[in-house]
Amino acid sequence: MLRIKNINTFYGQVHAIKNVSLHLAEGEVVTLIGANGAGKTTLLNSLSGIVPPKTGQILFNETEINNLAPHKIVRLGVSQVPEGRQVFKPLSVADNLELGAYLNYKIGGSKIESKKDMELVLELFPILRQRRKQLAGTLSGGEQQMLAIGRALMAKPRLLLLDEPSMGLAPMIVQEILKVIANLSREKKTTILLVEQNARAALKIAHRGYVLETGRLILEGTAEELLENKDVQRAYLGRDKKEIWER
Amino acid sequence: MNIWDPTHECISRDELEQLQLERLQATINRVHKNVIHYRKQFNDLGVIPENITSLADVSKLPLTSKDDINRNYPYGMFAVPLREVVRIHSSSGIGSKPMVTGYTKNDIRIWSNLVARFMMAVGVTHDDLVQVTFHYGLFTGAFGLHYGAETIGASVIPMGTGDIERQIMIMQDYKSTVLVSTPSYALELAFRMEQLGINPKSLSLKVGLLGGEPWSDNMRAQIEQGLAINATDNYGLSEVIGPGIAGECSCKSGLHIYEDAFLPEIIDPDTGKVLPAGAEGELVITTLTKEAFPLIRYRTRDITSLDYTPCACGRTLVRMKRISRRSDDMLIIRGVNVYPSQIEEAVFGAAQSEAPYQIVIERVGAVDSMEIIIEVTDKIFSLELQKQGSFLESVKKRINTITGIDVSAKLVGARSLPRQDGKITRVLDGRQV
Repeated sequence: MLRIKNINTFYGQVHAIKNVSLHLAEGEVVTLIGANGAGKTTLLNSLSGIVPPKTGQILFNETEINNLAPHKIVRLGVSQVPEGRQVFKPLSVADNLELGAYLNYKIGGSKIESKKDMELVLELFPILRQRRKQLAGTLSGGEQQMLAIGRALMAKPRLLLLDEPSMGLAPMIVQEILKVIANLSREKKTTILLVEQNARAALKIAHRGYVLETGRLILEGTAEELLENKDVQRAYLGRDKKEIWER
Repeated sequence: MNIWDPTHECISRDELEQLQLERLQATINRVHKNVIHYRKQFNDLGVIPENITSLADVSKLPLTSKDDINRNYPYGMFAVPLREVVRIHSSSGIGSKPMVTGYTKNDIRIWSNLVARFMMAVGVTHDDLVQVTFHYGLFTGAFGLHYGAETIGASVIPMGTGDIERQIMIMQDYKSTVLVSTPSYALELAFRMEQLGINPKSLSLKVGLLGGEPWSDNMRAQIEQGLAINATDNYGLSEVIGPGIAGECSCKSGLHIYEDAFLPEIIDPDTGKVLPAGAEGELVITTLTKEAFPLIRYRTRDITSLDYTPCACGRTLVRMKRISRRSDDMLIIRGVNVYPSQIEEAVFGAAQSEAPYQIVIERVGAVDSMEIIIEVTDKIFSLELQKQGSFLESVKKRINTITGIDVSAKLVGARSLPRQDGKITRVLDGRQV
């Protein structure tokens, strides 16, 4: 479904993504693991067109999207849930969700259809139904995260890009969010690229994963293999990498 | 369908190439970061990981040889700290030191699953009893097949090498259905059974998974008849992973290389240039999944060719022709790799000087024998006088220490070995494989 070949992305002079190749098959949940500053968010931003790659190729269902504007990429079916949620705080929950369907309106989607979509989202996150009329800014962190995911789902994505959905949330809320993500994959067959610092949690729901280190992919494998990998374990535990030799 | 991992064994070429590129780039990033040898080699050639943007770009990277592994003895080419290694194997190098390889937990699991592929491809299932007659030790063969069989869920009988009649007794009494051995050992079993008057059809054996040395189709026919089994070929090298690089399917028209784990190339052994698809040359392998001991463009020294046409079995993975010869002087004696340079080191070491010698290899029945014929020199003569006949013993002992095989040795008069243009033919290999 998604196929990336040799992309290089820069922030000014900073070479943030170095020759990255990666793929996602239809229905897969793939996680991208890496330390702070490894380039995980940049990679997502390259995919969604916010920071387009300088070189390389991104194919989404055989369409080259590396030179497309972000809104065109959304229209093709790629939605990003940004890091830190970024819901529209002065707007109500319902309005936030409706905004997620904005592009669908523009291309002639019917209001009835988006009502149906909203029903689906509210089924997925019952708490949002209770808070429908409340301003987004008054929601808890976990509720805001659910809203951000719900808003992305309103655009009916075929590929969902999730950037650190567990950030700043209590462990119990993290579990709940991850459960929803796993459900999305299982029941709605949504393909998901999940960026997480919480590697262990992410690998529990992912099929496969990639490990990013200072802009380079250093490992690809099944979730099981990555959980077993010592580099991943070290990164997860936050321990510094020691000298490679202990002769 | 007898396919262990259809997702990878029947992958489309297009998807495979994407996966290979991702894994190749990740492997290169890892070795560049963790293995000094590779970082230095890349730097010398002016290559950085970012230069590798296609599978063909792998040819920009340096080739790796046994010499490189030897120079980094024992752990210099490991890409993970030793504490992450859960298993160490080794195989004979070109000199007196072996080549040491390591495996992480993931490496072992991936290896087991690769072996399971060729076992299942020829019909091994969880109902089978697998008799492993390889030597359990530093050699990768026994453990590779052992773990592969267990992964499938078959019952393993870890016999190891040993008395051949006991081997046959176990085979009869335990009702082994699968034989794991070298081809020459399989032939030896067949000979012995014939001598003992055992009808091979009275056994439960149905499949032989044979490897560790090259063998001809002629030998295959003899084994199949002598043991009443389906004799199948598989390919591996201890340095690369062990058995599980490639294996035959039921079509027996070449060995499928497990390309999701290994990137094969064929080069001209003299120039090192990559040859076009289908050409015969030396097989070069880059590992794509290995963590502890990744290898970049390793020269196998085995001569073969690759066939990318689809196989009737449904697997999409490339097939390599069965190995018939090598591009170096390595000898395989009873499944053990031996280099003439190792013999020379032992002879010169014992003689405390250079001495003219010749290696004679023969096969009696199915058993290889090696004899070292050494011309007497003044130095040897005085050694003999001092130690009363211990010179030949010391040669044999040194060879055994280095290579692990038993040889016979004899002394002959000075200038009595036949010479051609003043040179002695170092190796006389009288075997007809």
